[in-house]
Amino acid sequence: MSLALIAALPFLGALTPALTQRFGRGIATATVALFSAAALLLILQHVPAIMAGQTITTQINWLPTLGLNANFRLDGLALLFALLILGIGLLIQIYARFYLDTSEPYARFLTYLMLFQGAMLGIVLSDNILLLLVFWEMTSLSSFLLIGFWSHLPKARQGARMALATTGAGGLAMIAGLLMLGHVAGGYDLSTILGERAAIQASPLYVPALLLILLGAFTKSAQFPFHYWLPHAMAAPTPVSAYLHSATMVKAGLFLLARLWPVLAGTPEWFWIVTSAGLITMSFAAGVALFKDDLKAILAYSTVSHLGLITFLLGLGTKAAATAAVFHILCHATFKAALFMLAGIVDHATHTRDIRALGGLRRAMPISFALASIATLSMAGIPPLNGFLSKEMMLEEAAHTAPWVIPVLATFAALLSVAYALRFLVYTFLGQAPAYAHAPHDPGAGLWLPPAILAALVVAIGLAPMAMAGWLVDAAASATTGEAVHAHIALWHGLQPPALWMSLAAVGGALVVLGLYPALRAAWDGAHKPDAKAMFDAGMGWLTKTATALTQGLHNGSLSRGFAVGLCSFLALGLYAYLSAPTLPGTRALTQISFAPVVAFGLLMTAALAATALHRKRLLALLLTGIVGLILSASFAYLSAPDLALTQITVEVVTIALMLLALNFLPKTTPRKTAGFRKLRDGGLAVAVGTGVAALAYTLMTREAMFPPISAFHLAQSLPGAGGHNAVNTIIVDFRGYDTYGEIIVLGIAALLIFALTESLLGTRWAVQPDHAAGDEGDAHPVMLQTATRLILPMAMLVGVYLFLRGHNEPGGGFVAGLVFAIGLVLQYIASGQDWAAARRRIPYHAMIGAGVLVASATGIGSFLAGRPFLTSNFTHGHLPPLKDFELATAALFDLGVFLCVLGAVMLALDALARLAKPQEGR
Amino acid sequence: MEVLIAIAIGTLTACGIYLMLRARTFPVILGLSLLSYAVNLFIFISGRIRLDAAPIIADGPYTDPLPQALVLTAIVISFGMTAVLVIMALGAYLTAGHDRIDTEDQHAEDQP
Repeated sequence: MSLALIAALPFLGALTPALTQRFGRGIATATVALFSAAALLLILQHVPAIMAGQTITTQINWLPTLGLNANFRLDGLALLFALLILGIGLLIQIYARFYLDTSEPYARFLTYLMLFQGAMLGIVLSDNILLLLVFWEMTSLSSFLLIGFWSHLPKARQGARMALATTGAGGLAMIAGLLMLGHVAGGYDLSTILGERAAIQASPLYVPALLLILLGAFTKSAQFPFHYWLPHAMAAPTPVSAYLHSATMVKAGLFLLARLWPVLAGTPEWFWIVTSAGLITMSFAAGVALFKDDLKAILAYSTVSHLGLITFLLGLGTKAAATAAVFHILCHATFKAALFMLAGIVDHATHTRDIRALGGLRRAMPISFALASIATLSMAGIPPLNGFLSKEMMLEEAAHTAPWVIPVLATFAALLSVAYALRFLVYTFLGQAPAYAHAPHDPGAGLWLPPAILAALVVAIGLAPMAMAGWLVDAAASATTGEAVHAHIALWHGLQPPALWMSLAAVGGALVVLGLYPALRAAWDGAHKPDAKAMFDAGMGWLTKTATALTQGLHNGSLSRGFAVGLCSFLALGLYAYLSAPTLPGTRALTQISFAPVVAFGLLMTAALAATALHRKRLLALLLTGIVGLILSASFAYLSAPDLALTQITVEVVTIALMLLALNFLPKTTPRKTAGFRKLRDGGLAVAVGTGVAALAYTLMTREAMFPPISAFHLAQSLPGAGGHNAVNTIIVDFRGYDTYGEIIVLGIAALLIFALTESLLGTRWAVQPDHAAGDEGDAHPVMLQTATRLILPMAMLVGVYLFLRGHNEPGGGFVAGLVFAIGLVLQYIASGQDWAAARRRIPYHAMIGAGVLVASATGIGSFLAGRPFLTSNFTHGHLPPLKDFELATAALFDLGVFLCVLGAVMLALDALARLAKPQEGR
Repeated sequence: MEVLIAIAIGTLTACGIYLMLRARTFPVILGLSLLSYAVNLFIFISGRIRLDAAPIIADGPYTDPLPQALVLTAIVISFGMTAVLVIMALGAYLTAGHDRIDTEDQHAEDQP
């Protein structure tokens, strides 16, 4: 459970800022830091076991049938990343507390940050790759929020969108790749996949899966040609850049490469794709960094370059290279996070990040200068700092790799990185100080302490690599490669060629490059460079246009068009299904036909066709539709469904009443405007779909069910389990009571919606006057009708009560009873008018709906008292002469709730329309 | 019997769809009612046809009660849906002054 708890802690922390922000930024920061620190401590508690070579796992079944389980694992690689995510995360929280202006929505920032932290932690702790995908997408989303935090700036919005579009698209590709991988490996848990190297690499799906997974990893880790989003993401607040682009987000892609290294690496495909992507990214980005003037832009391209370096090492596919990669992940995170923070400090102190406007800050900001020197020199790979060690290891690996272009390019990239690092340091802190608007000075400890801690690590790891980081690198490299690794990292290997010579060449070359900088810069500025943003925008514009055209073509807001397109698709899919699968012959004997049903169904079809043909005469069409409904209810009775017959006939009556009321307002006829072509098209479509549905129905009826229907259980248990003879009613109020519970709530909501719409209609000006006010209807409330309906009402109620009480054993029940009551009441409305009926109404219909839902809920909750799940029914038989035996079932109480809700809903809807129909004053 | 019911379902579906493709609210609502009948009947017959076999526990045989329970609630819910559509159609007519469902046709046709 512990690992799941660790993964959950940042998410829990994300909830707190909303509550703690009123106590000030300090408390809010401390609270979220508490969650990160707790997660860190819980991780550290597992360190001894991991050092001993164990892998900690937690398994929680989520959807085991789909292979999706909340399985977590903590091994050396996950440990390294978890420490970076949580450790640097803590420093970022402190830094952000002092960095962000008091006017910023700080609580929101912390929430986003913690969401991101949780998502990252989830990625590295996931054992199930489907779970990993969920967290992966969450990092894309939460980083979108973080990068676009200053949403008032167009650059922030554009940068955030670019990052989301790029990493999101890669994520989609990766989903496909990982699904293939899991399919080949026979499971979605890393513990399964990592053992299936031979099967995976032999599979024909290996190359497609590899390409798709690499697409995901390369977009996330900003590898060429997907690097463009990272520099644009610099529009984020500096703490975000420091976190996302040093230790976390961009390292997620590398993590994935390292995680799947044992099963994917070692093939020519892997070697060539990953190595060349890494090498190109490393040298190209280092070159660009040399010509950038914005501090953060230099760091951004430097990050891209270092990510390329690590990708390159992972691509080599050897144990030693993987070890170097893991070590550089650690080193890069320490010095790059510090550098981003320092760039933010300089920005704060001087209000500019353009190094052409900076200089000479060594005197004004000595602390920052010292820290920046350490971090920058480490980035450049100068001894005795940690960046030197990992770069040395990289050069060593490159030197042993053929063809010759690889070591040359690696040295060249190292040369460029020395050059841009020195330029970064020299232009900012050395030289003459320009005239600053405000005298710059070092910030408070809150800002410089976090980078100072990182700088201390940079020095400590550089001086004592084995003591400080050896254990972690060993554990992580062992987990990455799947074999025990014992790295030997030493500051001074002696005059060991060739890495040392390459390193020296890089430093020498860098000095030459810096000497020639003005000439190179002029050439760079004059050269034509492709603008990634313009290309991205053009691509996005094209996509948007195509998507819009497609959407407009299929669905332009016209209901008929959308409906027609949908029908065509259904038709095509149905046809495809029919043609692509064998049709089994019908085995079920046809039912004997008799005279009555032929007449009835003949009448039904005639009425339906007549309603369609005469639909312009609306009243006539409505009556014909009513005839269809009535015959249908008779058919239900004939086809052994008495409950349906009762329900259909009562619903039919209220529906027709409702539509008549509506027709009172609407035009009585439909104008003849439709073109002949459209009629033909619609008619053809209707006949085609009707034919298909008829064929499907016939096929269904003449075949036995593939599996025995579950209703055998309902039939068998209706009497002993639910205490009712009527199996349909016991299903509704007992077996599937939860469904019914939902349905009466939906019905109640529909009625309330109608009420609300009526209220708003009554309050607005109408564009047309309904033409019912002409006064030619004769006597609105004839006495005969009034008298008759008064007599009918008590009888209807009696019938309703009867149907309700017997519903559990014979056709009837709450639905039907409610409808019968409603009909009795509606008759009063028709005969005597809404005013008369409303004046005599004691209970508002809303209350009736509410009471119905409450009674049903109380019945459900009541079963908790008996220690059983929601809506478990209980019953006993009652005997009260002269009545027949009846059930005293809790289900009957539930049915009462159904009854009240149905009655209330139907009456509320009809009453609303009736209120509209009243002649309105002042319209 | 099966043939007859299948044809009836097909006819109801076709009529319902044709009406739902009309451009005015009232025929669309009528079409939806017809389509609901067809769908309810279709779900109902998925329990297959059995005469004189109401699922009231006595001596049997019984037809499948589950589709009946589904259709029963579906009938009531479709009343709620029809009612909401009717009030929406009414509201649109009273405030917009016409009962066309597609605003794109507005310029093609004359104002009432």
